[in-house]
Amino acid sequence: MLAFITKRLAQTIPVIFGITLVVFLIMQMVPGDSAQVLAGEGASKETIENLRHNLGLDRPLYVQYFDSIAGLFQGDLGISAKSHQPVINEITTRLPISVELAFYSTLITIILGMTAGIISAVRPYSVSDMSVMVVALLGISFPSFWLGLILMYIFSVELQWFPVSGWDSVKHMILPAFTLGASGAAIVARMTRSSMLEVVRQDYIRTARAKGIRGYLVIYKHALRNALIPVITVVGLQFGALLGGTVLIESVFAINGLGRLIVESIRMRDIPMVQGGILVASLVFVIVNLFVDILYRFFNRRIDLN
Amino acid sequence: MAQEKVLEINQLKTYFHTKRGIGKVVDGIDLTLHKGETLGIVGESGCGKSMTSLSVLQLVPDPGKIVEGSVRLNNEELVGKSEKQMRNIRGNQISMIFQEPMTSLNPVISVGEQIAETIREHQGLNRKQAFQKSIEMLKLVGIPSPEKRAKQEPFQLSGGMRQRVMIAMALACNPEVLIADEPTTALDVTIQSQILKLMKNLQKKLKMGIIFITHDLGVVAETCDRVAVMYAGEIVEYSTTEELFRHPKHPYTKGLLQSLPKLYEDQEELQAMEGSIPSPFKEHQGCKFTDRCPIAEDSCHQIHPDLKMSSDHSYQVRCLFYQEEKELTKGMSSV
Repeated sequence: MLAFITKRLAQTIPVIFGITLVVFLIMQMVPGDSAQVLAGEGASKETIENLRHNLGLDRPLYVQYFDSIAGLFQGDLGISAKSHQPVINEITTRLPISVELAFYSTLITIILGMTAGIISAVRPYSVSDMSVMVVALLGISFPSFWLGLILMYIFSVELQWFPVSGWDSVKHMILPAFTLGASGAAIVARMTRSSMLEVVRQDYIRTARAKGIRGYLVIYKHALRNALIPVITVVGLQFGALLGGTVLIESVFAINGLGRLIVESIRMRDIPMVQGGILVASLVFVIVNLFVDILYRFFNRRIDLN
Repeated sequence: MAQEKVLEINQLKTYFHTKRGIGKVVDGIDLTLHKGETLGIVGESGCGKSMTSLSVLQLVPDPGKIVEGSVRLNNEELVGKSEKQMRNIRGNQISMIFQEPMTSLNPVISVGEQIAETIREHQGLNRKQAFQKSIEMLKLVGIPSPEKRAKQEPFQLSGGMRQRVMIAMALACNPEVLIADEPTTALDVTIQSQILKLMKNLQKKLKMGIIFITHDLGVVAETCDRVAVMYAGEIVEYSTTEELFRHPKHPYTKGLLQSLPKLYEDQEELQAMEGSIPSPFKEHQGCKFTDRCPIAEDSCHQIHPDLKMSSDHSYQVRCLFYQEEKELTKGMSSV
C-alpha cells in the first residue's frame, strides 16, 4: 500500500508541471496586455514600458515561466493587477469556502445518491425503483443554476426557511450544497443501481445466499462493497469537478468562493489572479484524484499500478 | 452402506414462467440420498441438473419457481418453508459448492471471514472464535499456513486453493448434505483428483451425503455410488454406478458412454451424439429424447415413457423399449 502511494505521488509531479505550463501558455495567448491593464487607462507609453520591465514581462517566455515556477514553490503566485495584493492571500481566503461548499455537496451526493441507488436496486422495476429513477433523471436534466433559482424562490423567498445568499452559517449552506449535489446524486443513484444489479447477479452473491447469510448482509456486506468500487471513482471526480464548477452556484447564491473569484478576475483582466486561481483549482483537483485512487485501491485491492 | 435416508426429492417440478411460455427446467424429479452416500447427477449442459440442486436450497433465480413436489430433509418437508427457515438450513444442514471457484468467492472479503461468517450465522460463535474455526477448516482441507491464508483475499489464492476454501466453507457447519455442482470442472486434472480425494476423505470423516453434479463421466466413475442421468429436466436412468457403466440401458446413457474417448482402442474420430438438448420451452407429447434417439419409433412421439423400476429395485429406466433381462439390440448392435 505504501509503495502504491509513493508511486502514485511521484506520478502527480509531471502532471502538476504540465498544468503550470498549460496555464502559463494559455495566459500568454489571451489578448490584452497585463502591463497596460495594470497601468490603467491613459497611462503614458513610458509608464507602461517601465511597469513591464518591473514586472519582468519583457524577459523571454521561458525565463518568465521558470521564474513563476520558482515563485510557486515559495507560495508566490504574483501580485493581483486589481488589488495590488499578493494573489495567494486572496486565494487562501476564498478557497476554503469553495472546498466547504464542494464538501457538503459531495456529502449530499453520496448520502442521497447511494441511498436512492440501493432502494432502486433492491427491488428493480418496482414502483419505488421507477419513482427514484424518474427523480434521478430529472436531477440530471435540470441545469444547476436553474435548480438553484427555483429552490431559492421556493425555500428562501416564499417559505423563508433559508437565507437567500451569503455564506455564514449552516443555514446558508444547505440550499447551495443541495443544488450543487443534486445532479451528482442523480448520477450516483443511477450508477449505484446499475452497479448493484450487475453485482447481485455474480456467483459470489449466490454463494452468500447458499451459506444462509441474512438478506441485508448479502446486500450491504457482499454486494454493496463490490458495487461501490466504480461509484467511488465517480464521486471523487465529481468532488474535484465541483471545486472548479461551483462558479454558477457561487454566483447564484452570491458566495465568495474561488470560482467566483476566477470569473470576476477574468472580467477585470486580472491575469495573475486568474492564473493563480486556475492553478490552485487544478492542484486541488490533482490532490483529490490522488485520494480517490488511494481509496479505490483500498476498496479494490486487486488493482496493481502496472 | 447404511440405508438411512437424508434427503428425499419427490416429483420436484421447477418451472420458469416467462413471456415465451413455461420453461419446464426441472420436470418431475425423484431422488433419494442416503447417509454417507455419493449420488451423481449426470447430463449435458442445460439438462436441469444445476436447477435441481438450486431447487433443493430454494435458490432458484427469478422467474423460476418450484411448482410441485417435495424435498424432505430427514423427513422434514422443505418446500413451503419460509425464507428465514430456509436460511437456517442453507450452509448449515445442506451446503453447496459451485463450479467456478474463481467467481464464487467474494473478491473483496478475506477468505477467513467468508468462512467465519457462515459459522457465526449458524453456530452463534463470536468473531474471534469463528475466525479461529475458519483457520481450522482451512487446515482440514489441506491449505498450507492457514493462519496467513485466512487473512488473504481470493485473488491471492490459486484456483485449486479457492476450491478448497469453498469446500471448507461448505463443511464449516457439518452439513448432512453437500451439493457439489461441478466442483472440479474449472480445475486442471491434477488439482481435480486432489479435490476429489479430499472430498472423499472428508465425507468419510463427517459422514455426509453428497450430491455430485457433473457432466464428466470419468468423475462419476471415480466418486459416485449411484447415478441419475438427467435429460431435459427428467431422469432417464437411475442406478448404481457399476450397473450404469457395465449395462447402460437408456439410449441416451449409451450415447454418453459411447462419446467418451477410448484409450485402448484405435479410434479414427470421436463419437459425438448428434443434436442438442431440446429447449425447456418446447412442448412434448412423447419421449423428450426422440429427436436424437437412434431407436425411436412412431410410438415414441406419442407416448411419454414412465421411469420404470426394475423388478429387483436396483435401477430405473425411462424408455418404451426397455425390457428387463433383454438388452436393447435394435439398431444398437455396436453397444
